[in-house]
Amino acid sequence: MNTQRTLLKLSTLVAAMSLSLSALAVDITGAGATFPYAVYTKWAEAYKAATGNQVNYQGIGSSGGVKQIKAKTVEFGGTDAPVKESDLDAAGLVQVPTVMGGVTIVINVPGIQSGKLKLDGATAADLFRGAIKKWNDPAIAKLNPGLKLPDLAVTVAHRSDGSGTTYAFSHYMAKQSMSFMRDVGAGNTVNWPVNGVGGKGNPGVAANVQKIAGTIGYVDIADAMKNKMNFVALKNKAGNYIVPNQDAVADAAAGANFKVKGMAPDLLDQSHKNAWPITSATYILAYEKGADASKQKGVVDFFTWSLNNGQKMAEDLGFVPLPANVVKMVEAEMKNIK
Amino acid sequence: MSEATTPVDVHAAQVRKFKLQDMFFHQVTLVFAFIVLAALVGILISLAIEAMPVFREFGLGFLWTNVWNVPEDQYGALSAIYGTVVTSVIALIIAVPVSFGIALFLTETCPVWLRRPLGTAIELLAGVPSIIYGIWGLFVFAPLFAEHVQPYLQELVGDTPIISGWFAGPPIGIGILTAGIVLSLMVIPFVASVMRDVFETVPPQLKESAYGVGCTTWEVVTNIVLPYTRVGVIGGIMLGLGRALGETMAVTFVIGNANRIVGSLFAPGTSIASTLANEFGEADPGLHISSLFALGLVLFIITFIVLAISQWLIKRGIAKQGI
Repeated sequence: MNTQRTLLKLSTLVAAMSLSLSALAVDITGAGATFPYAVYTKWAEAYKAATGNQVNYQGIGSSGGVKQIKAKTVEFGGTDAPVKESDLDAAGLVQVPTVMGGVTIVINVPGIQSGKLKLDGATAADLFRGAIKKWNDPAIAKLNPGLKLPDLAVTVAHRSDGSGTTYAFSHYMAKQSMSFMRDVGAGNTVNWPVNGVGGKGNPGVAANVQKIAGTIGYVDIADAMKNKMNFVALKNKAGNYIVPNQDAVADAAAGANFKVKGMAPDLLDQSHKNAWPITSATYILAYEKGADASKQKGVVDFFTWSLNNGQKMAEDLGFVPLPANVVKMVEAEMKNIK
Repeated sequence: MSEATTPVDVHAAQVRKFKLQDMFFHQVTLVFAFIVLAALVGILISLAIEAMPVFREFGLGFLWTNVWNVPEDQYGALSAIYGTVVTSVIALIIAVPVSFGIALFLTETCPVWLRRPLGTAIELLAGVPSIIYGIWGLFVFAPLFAEHVQPYLQELVGDTPIISGWFAGPPIGIGILTAGIVLSLMVIPFVASVMRDVFETVPPQLKESAYGVGCTTWEVVTNIVLPYTRVGVIGGIMLGLGRALGETMAVTFVIGNANRIVGSLFAPGTSIASTLANEFGEADPGLHISSLFALGLVLFIITFIVLAISQWLIKRGIAKQGI
């Protein structure tokens, strides 16, 4: 009896509390890129615990994110492919980066351990456009004297779904090789060579690389680390062979100039000494002048809180937080979201 | 007088009430039936509208052009149609004989105590979500297939002209053939359970009299059971084909998702459904998204043709039986 009464009291108390909370709290909704989904939801969870405000994020894809914010069905949109400055102005949108990541090249070649195979951009591009067909090709051997390369067919593992990962990777490759640009192209979905195998999502590509001997593929650093995959050391613009890690991604950002409209400088192929060449950021979009001021403030509050309190959470998930000076710039830019 | 008319009036009122109820029931069910029709027509029209830009740009040539180049905005449906048809045909080539055997065993030669557990197992298999088949296909079946079956098949066919081309290329485990095999596993429960159900409709008198004049089981099956159930068997196969054509997730996992036609069955390919699943999320507005809608329309039409053929076969079967 007693416990029942206490339970009843408790539940009314909880109900009353949740009612009062929901009256005060601002619920905001965002949708877009799947790449930052893990970190946005982690931030949202921590933010709710800290402030009581609810943030919902739906990973529907970058182009979906841009469509949704333009249709004003969400308070913020997420995109991996930055929206062009002219389009931002035309739509009255503010764009800021939130978190960074890197795409890495992974291989499954029997006898070659992680980080031992060296590739430069041009050779990697030849591999990914299907021009190099065997692992013991002279072009690879020249970069790797002393490494025993097997007489094994090259299979290219790529994303089958349109993806921001492909967007960053193909743009980097296209910068390295005109032939890659011509044969494969650059974008969310590109035209992979005949020896290609498509997998759905980063996990799909990771699975194909791990299952098929002789594959070379690209996945984001977080997934590559989670799956303990074999990296290659990629030559960066400064001429150093870099094995990807979060510091190398941060170093790439340190050399970039974020003081442009849309805050989307090209992070690919940065010239810093230890910069990882295939670095990219993910962005959010919000209206300069929104219909509901409290929701607009909710978006700014959420990301301000996350950028200042969420660095560790992002790192744990394999992402790379923005450098401190960039965070300051993002905060200043977000003042335009009203 | 009044006593005489009252019961008649009550009766008339009741009849009126029943009539009204009947009419109401008729109207309501009619509306329900028309919702289906409206949905079907609505889907067809919206697909056609969204697909228009592609047909305006490439004409009907879209259907037989073998190119899928997103960066250059060049689209053709041939590789996806090829993958869809070839994987479905492979699935049926495997599934039909196996399902036939299962159904025959269950209805003719299976010990009675084993019938229920086996029958239930097959029906349960039909209830497994397709993504499970996809994951199993990618993580369990494909590596085993690459290691043990594909090299063996290549050795077996050697340099035989034409056929060796079907099994050419590096044995990577995923591809058109793997997709066909996984599809066949998904289709078997459907085809087998329909076949079993129709085999069970054969009147025991017919079979018993055949056995009575000394027929073997095989003779009973080919001369009594099959002719009697031809229509139902075709229906079951078409149901399986319909499922194979439209299957999405499992195929996406194991087909290799390469938008091109390579003669070899070991090579990765793509199907209409898997292309849609892969590219819809991040498709660029314009021709890309429109060509995906056009692919959807093509799948719709292929399924329609399959259904029409099966209806025709069934009608013909019934007509023959009448003679």
